[in-house]
Amino acid sequence: MTKDEAVSRLTDTIAKFVAYTGKALPDDVKRKLQELGKQEDTPLAKILYETMFKNQELAVQLNRPSCQDTGALQFFLKCGASFPYIGELDKILRDAVVQATVNAPLRHNCVETFDEYNTGKNVGTGVPSIFWDIVPESDRLDIHTYMAGGGCTLPGKAMVLMPGEGYEGVTRFVMDVMTSYGLNACPPLLVGVGIATSVETAAVLSKKALMRPLGSHNPNERAASMEKLLEDGINKIGLGPQGLTGKNSVLGVHIENTARHPSVIGVAVNVGCWSHRRGHIVFDKELNYTIDSHTGVKI
Amino acid sequence: MAKKILTTPIKAADLADLNVGDIVYLTGYLTTCRDIAHRRLIEEGRKLPVDLDGGAIIHAGPIIRALSDDKYELVNVGPTTSMRMEKFEEEFIKETGVKLIVGKGGMGEGTMKGCRDYKALHAVFPAGCAVVAATCVEKIVDANWKDLGMPETLWTCKVNEFGPLIISIDTHGRNLFEENKVKFNEKKEAAIAEICKHVSFIK
Repeated sequence: MTKDEAVSRLTDTIAKFVAYTGKALPDDVKRKLQELGKQEDTPLAKILYETMFKNQELAVQLNRPSCQDTGALQFFLKCGASFPYIGELDKILRDAVVQATVNAPLRHNCVETFDEYNTGKNVGTGVPSIFWDIVPESDRLDIHTYMAGGGCTLPGKAMVLMPGEGYEGVTRFVMDVMTSYGLNACPPLLVGVGIATSVETAAVLSKKALMRPLGSHNPNERAASMEKLLEDGINKIGLGPQGLTGKNSVLGVHIENTARHPSVIGVAVNVGCWSHRRGHIVFDKELNYTIDSHTGVKI
Repeated sequence: MAKKILTTPIKAADLADLNVGDIVYLTGYLTTCRDIAHRRLIEEGRKLPVDLDGGAIIHAGPIIRALSDDKYELVNVGPTTSMRMEKFEEEFIKETGVKLIVGKGGMGEGTMKGCRDYKALHAVFPAGCAVVAATCVEKIVDANWKDLGMPETLWTCKVNEFGPLIISIDTHGRNLFEENKVKFNEKKEAAIAEICKHVSFIK
């Protein structure tokens, strides 16, 4: 395989995978929605879940994106320092988005700021968003793809608390977002919380938290207990599907954290909607790939 | 129970017996209309290119496939966050005579007043269900302000039993999301107090 052939194959595979993730939810999200839907007992909550499930079936059957808001594409990379196409990757991802925009098709969701025009291709200055982690002594490429829609992007919030406000302040911050913007963001939501020093470090973590599989826990015991406390607490608010009340409000709460400066607690929240279109694909240096987010997918 | 179906043009009398929480469906014409169209009408004072008197809008940006000869195929369509249009909606209802506003999530005080004073409804279509919505659309009959790009163009669709639409603001001054919000906030305070007992990690 020449380099050109490899680049073309990688672009094509990512484009097809992105298009696919717009039509079918990952296995863990599908399972969780079934579980939550069964617990609802009001006619309104039931009709909402029924419509959601019918929609997912129709999307696959008719081969169309399941939600009209196919997001501004985000890629979270763990790229081996010796992955052979590391230098071409930025262009590969942009080209893959352009290709998926035509073939999926994706909604045109890239507006150049200040100049205020839609590029019509889902690529523009700094879009798609590409978050790089370089992994030493590796030749693999691990990608989380994510369609970040407007509705679930809107609640995003970050701030820096004083240590006196403590984790109690973190709790209030997260809960306030849930009852303000959260109810419009298509619950049941996946809630990502980042705890670090400053707004940008906390914010990136809060989004990375949304890439974790549902049911996974933060390795720190206290953080894991706080995930559970927040999950139960938000469920008790009773947002229900679409914020129209019900037994459950969330798919899960994931906290990601780093150490912090002693004077501050940076905290951020990002949410994913019920239609959490995340994909996970891993390439080796020969471009063989495995997909663990969606079983049985053929791309 | 028989399906409640609203047909455009909708009259004020058609809405009198409807209340928040009721589920209705729409047959007739539905136009996508969101941020910039609202801004153009209210702030820029431009005339809307679609007659909405007795009509219905959806806060939505669809996925469209362009066919030949100015013909379009609707791939999918679903509601977007209605609250973004709150700033303009009362005035919008007054100016256009629109009777049904479909969207996602709640709207505020202004829309509530607009719906009460000029007799209109805000209803929620289950968000994220854009293929279900597309199957209720027979065809696209008109496209206006295409300069705004795919999501913001006013796409007028002929729809058949478009729904389910859950009424969130009725003509009687009730607002389902605002009422729920009061309950949510009470429950939130109790939940925060409970969590805070367990998270005093800084000692």
